[in-house]
Amino acid sequence: MTSLSVRRRHPLATALVVGLGLLLVGGLYAAVGQASEAGAASATSTTQQVSEGRQLYVTGCSSCHGLNAQSTSNGPTLIGAGAAAVDFQVGTGRMPLAAPGAQAARGPVSYTDEEIASLGAYIASLAPGPAVPTAEQLDYADADLAQGGVLFRTNCASCHNFAGKGGALTRGKYAPSVVESTDKHIYEAMITGPQAMPVFGNNTLTPEDKQQITKYIRTLADSPNPGGLALGRVGPVAEGVFVWVVGIIVLGAAAVWIGAKVS
Amino acid sequence: MSTATTPVGKAGEYLDDRTGGATLLKHNLRKVFPDHWSFMLGEIALYSFIILLLSGTFLTFFYKPSMVEVIYNGSYVPLNGVKMSEAYASTLDISFDIRGGLLMRQIHHWAALIFVAAISVHLFRIFFTGAFRKPREFNWLIGVGLLTLAILEGFSGYSLPDDLLSGTGLRIAEGIVLAIPVVGTYLSFFLFGGEFPGQDFIPRLYSVHILLIPGAILAAITAHLIMVVYHKHTQYPGPGRTENNVVGYPLLPVYMAKAGGFFFVVFGIIVLLSAVATINPVWLFGPYTPSQITAGSQPDWYIGFLDGMLRIFPAWETTAFGHTISWNILFPALILPGIMFTLLGLYPFIEAWVTGDKREHHLLDRPRNQATRTALGVMAITFYIILWIAGANDIIATAFDLSINAMIRASQIGVILLPPIAYVITKRICLGLQRRDRDRLLHGRETGLIRRLPSGEYIEVHAPISDEERVTLLQAGAKKDEVFALPESTDDNGVPAPGGLVQGVRARLSRWYFSETIPDPTPDELHEAAHHAQELAENQQAQLEAGKPS
Amino acid sequence: MSDSHEAAALVPAEHNGHPGTGSDLESIAPGLPAHRLRLTDTDARAAQRAERQVAILFGLSALATIGFVVAFFAFPESETTITIIPGLFEPSESNLFLGLTLGLAILFVGIGAIHWAKKLMVDEEVVDVRHPARSPDADRAEFETILAGGVQESGIADRSIIRRTLIGALALLPIPAVLLLRDLGPLPGKKLEETIISENIRIVIDGTQRPLRPEDIPVGGLVNAVPENLEEVEELEGTLNARAKATLMLIRLRPEEIISQQGDDWSVQGILCFSKVCTHVGCPLGLYEQRSHHMLCPCHQSTFDLADGAKVLFGPAARPLPQLPIKLDSEGYIVAQSDFTEPVGPSFWERG
Repeated sequence: MTSLSVRRRHPLATALVVGLGLLLVGGLYAAVGQASEAGAASATSTTQQVSEGRQLYVTGCSSCHGLNAQSTSNGPTLIGAGAAAVDFQVGTGRMPLAAPGAQAARGPVSYTDEEIASLGAYIASLAPGPAVPTAEQLDYADADLAQGGVLFRTNCASCHNFAGKGGALTRGKYAPSVVESTDKHIYEAMITGPQAMPVFGNNTLTPEDKQQITKYIRTLADSPNPGGLALGRVGPVAEGVFVWVVGIIVLGAAAVWIGAKVS
Repeated sequence: MSTATTPVGKAGEYLDDRTGGATLLKHNLRKVFPDHWSFMLGEIALYSFIILLLSGTFLTFFYKPSMVEVIYNGSYVPLNGVKMSEAYASTLDISFDIRGGLLMRQIHHWAALIFVAAISVHLFRIFFTGAFRKPREFNWLIGVGLLTLAILEGFSGYSLPDDLLSGTGLRIAEGIVLAIPVVGTYLSFFLFGGEFPGQDFIPRLYSVHILLIPGAILAAITAHLIMVVYHKHTQYPGPGRTENNVVGYPLLPVYMAKAGGFFFVVFGIIVLLSAVATINPVWLFGPYTPSQITAGSQPDWYIGFLDGMLRIFPAWETTAFGHTISWNILFPALILPGIMFTLLGLYPFIEAWVTGDKREHHLLDRPRNQATRTALGVMAITFYIILWIAGANDIIATAFDLSINAMIRASQIGVILLPPIAYVITKRICLGLQRRDRDRLLHGRETGLIRRLPSGEYIEVHAPISDEERVTLLQAGAKKDEVFALPESTDDNGVPAPGGLVQGVRARLSRWYFSETIPDPTPDELHEAAHHAQELAENQQAQLEAGKPS
Repeated sequence: MSDSHEAAALVPAEHNGHPGTGSDLESIAPGLPAHRLRLTDTDARAAQRAERQVAILFGLSALATIGFVVAFFAFPESETTITIIPGLFEPSESNLFLGLTLGLAILFVGIGAIHWAKKLMVDEEVVDVRHPARSPDADRAEFETILAGGVQESGIADRSIIRRTLIGALALLPIPAVLLLRDLGPLPGKKLEETIISENIRIVIDGTQRPLRPEDIPVGGLVNAVPENLEEVEELEGTLNARAKATLMLIRLRPEEIISQQGDDWSVQGILCFSKVCTHVGCPLGLYEQRSHHMLCPCHQSTFDLADGAKVLFGPAARPLPQLPIKLDSEGYIVAQSDFTEPVGPSFWERG
């Protein structure tokens, strides 16, 4: 498990910004087209998808969640969890659980996108639950960035820190960094409340509010640090360590140089 | 009557005619300062303070100490249209709309962190070398005062930008003020001009931050330096260095160039640091709002120990007769720091009382030779570091996959258990080093050369240490074990003298302080050892020669 | 130059007697080691080289200053950043180049001066004599005479009525100084014990001001909320004072999960409303773990169990978070039944 606070922003972040920009400017129509397509696909989850999902579920998930997703001592019920929860948990590699611990950690994804969709369709078929957001719901191009910041600081920063870098919770649990998360997973986390996280339903934070928040997170994640090295964006503790480890050592070395005898 | 011919000379005469400065300067321009890197740590603090004055003055030109709410409309897009105080908005303007403003902010903040850190390492040097002993006790007190002022100044500066972190810090400060029995509520209302956060506090804090505390620091630094000049700097033991002289380089020109140059070096390094490393990115925190909070809400490092103590102290609160006393705040935030700083300030007087040492000291101790003092110092630092770790436990927990609950429990136990362990270990190490010094004096240094005597015996060759080292060792260890002697506790009639109990405690403390000190070799021992070594060498030589095939 | 050094170490032993035989340290001291010449003292070429190095350092400083002037006009905007190490080091051009040039300009002056001092200035160590910190006895005696004479001449010792009235007058003088501070703030009164919340005030979402119906809040949900009249009060007062006390959070549990509450019928359909201000030193909370119903304070890590009357499970807080009694109004929106029944936030003396 990589430690969260030292996890740097992804080296490909710049490429991603450029890519996203191109995508937004150049391929807007195409994106909208794809979006409606995806929406249509999820709306019409076929019975074949459900039965495929059922099979995947029985092999991969039922040992903990129960043969009919009714929960066991090892895992909670998934009835009513919805496709969004499946997409989030399986799509971020948190499920299937790699190792028991305080909470499931992000990990390598074990299923293909189609398989995840099938699993989701199966869980959704058991009882209604939050659906995977459509591309339209995720499109934050017109969202109010500053308002997103206000909502982020009111609702998210308390656990995920001012820069979305994550933070500690009780007894070894933690709020993960959100800056590497995809828009879809951010949205799904808010509507499903995975693990310790509370649910921010669509009537308390509307889809529009969620778009604003996502836009703010994206802006944070992609924003450079005008001051130079960010020191992990975790606040004054890192600055204090830096001042002792770098500042005082460098200045002390200068003092040693001044005091050293010349031959 | 003018005798000077050069322009510089004429200018000097012009000045001296009016100030009489030549008399004063002729003595002080060739003032001698001993050369050692550890003597420059205080200079780092001094120079950081000058840098703080310079960069701070720049910031005052643009910063607006006002809590009036405005709508931000500057260059930083993610906050555009957000309601915030003028103080925060002007801090954003400094960061984004004033050329060099961000650099100046970063210089100011890095210099502030370095200021307190440099004071701390300077304090360690003074403590562990015993530079606080007579006649320098008052200068130690001024130094402790400066440390306190520096921490207050730093905290007030941290609070001025009115971002989410600084506002949270103030909220905690208000909670601490409220916990003061009887007058806390009133104090809080007077400080904040009513309820928290009000509209008055930042302007008030501003005048404290830019006038009151810096003025006090400036005055204290002046007194601190005048005392250094008057006492002349301490020096490490060594050949030619005694209690009655000071050996080093004259102020003019060498020290002026070195110390002056060091100012530029410190300044340059801090500017370079500010060019490449972010500090206090207030735009990420957002404006202060009492309903918002961020994970990792922490103070700057020098307040960290207080935050740590607040975290680990048990939840004790007493309610009686309609009044509440919050020990869970009062003790960690007010009583404990009070005790810590009082003990720190009084240490020179306590130690002198325990050791009964009334002599002046200008030769510094080697920390090992004052095993008890060094161990006490390490014990105090251990205590402080554990509090510091507790204050950062959530950051550490996320970085190393630990549980904050486990860390709090470990800190609660550690803060009681580890300092005494550190004391014992340090004392053992010091005594070991003392023993090694004694061996070197008596038997010389181990050369690592193994020789086989014709008798078949293996010996390691010892070589005599240099006279310089011998002098340094003897001088450093001189009278390190002089114990305070209990005065006659009873008079002739067997009646205990007044103050007998206090004196008894004092004598016991004194014995404890000097316990186990390894005595320096006496002149006789040294003489005998030298004699013995010579004999041994001759003997070995004879054996070797006898064993040689002829 | 090691020859002179060794000589210095060897010679004095004979001069000053055998080490260790004298009782006084001074007698065994070999004295100040002989001055060691540097390469620059003996080799004119080395000295010239050092001189050149110092001049180059000062020259580099001047160049860096010119660079600063250029950077100042070339990079007017702080927001324009330059990517040096992607994702790790993307500083503002202005900050980076202004800082580097200014830093180097200052640093080179320092390095140059120190290099000059170390290599070229006369580096012979000087010995200065110390005197005890105390004044000579004669001075002390004279001082005491002058002091005693002055006291005598003033008559302060004899004229006790003057002395006493003066002491009395001076003792009273701090009163105006303290009294002048009276108007720093109003008296607390009952302000810490009440908030702007009262009966039938709607609880709305913080940040969007939307009122809430029970069905809006999912089980496991958290809503950061404020009373509806906060906006108006803030507009009127222009301060954040009301917000600092009235900030709220709503959570929804399955009714069977609720172990205890601070009052009967204080909740609506498993929805509980608590003060968002920590009872320790007043940080806002918000780290809600919906599975365990724990609420963690990020400042000092007090943990409250919201399902069990918000009692303290861990950490330095001594009291549960105050619960706000809520009900539904005629339109089905969540409203307060009353203000908090106890003061919110940190403890204080008068709290009782």
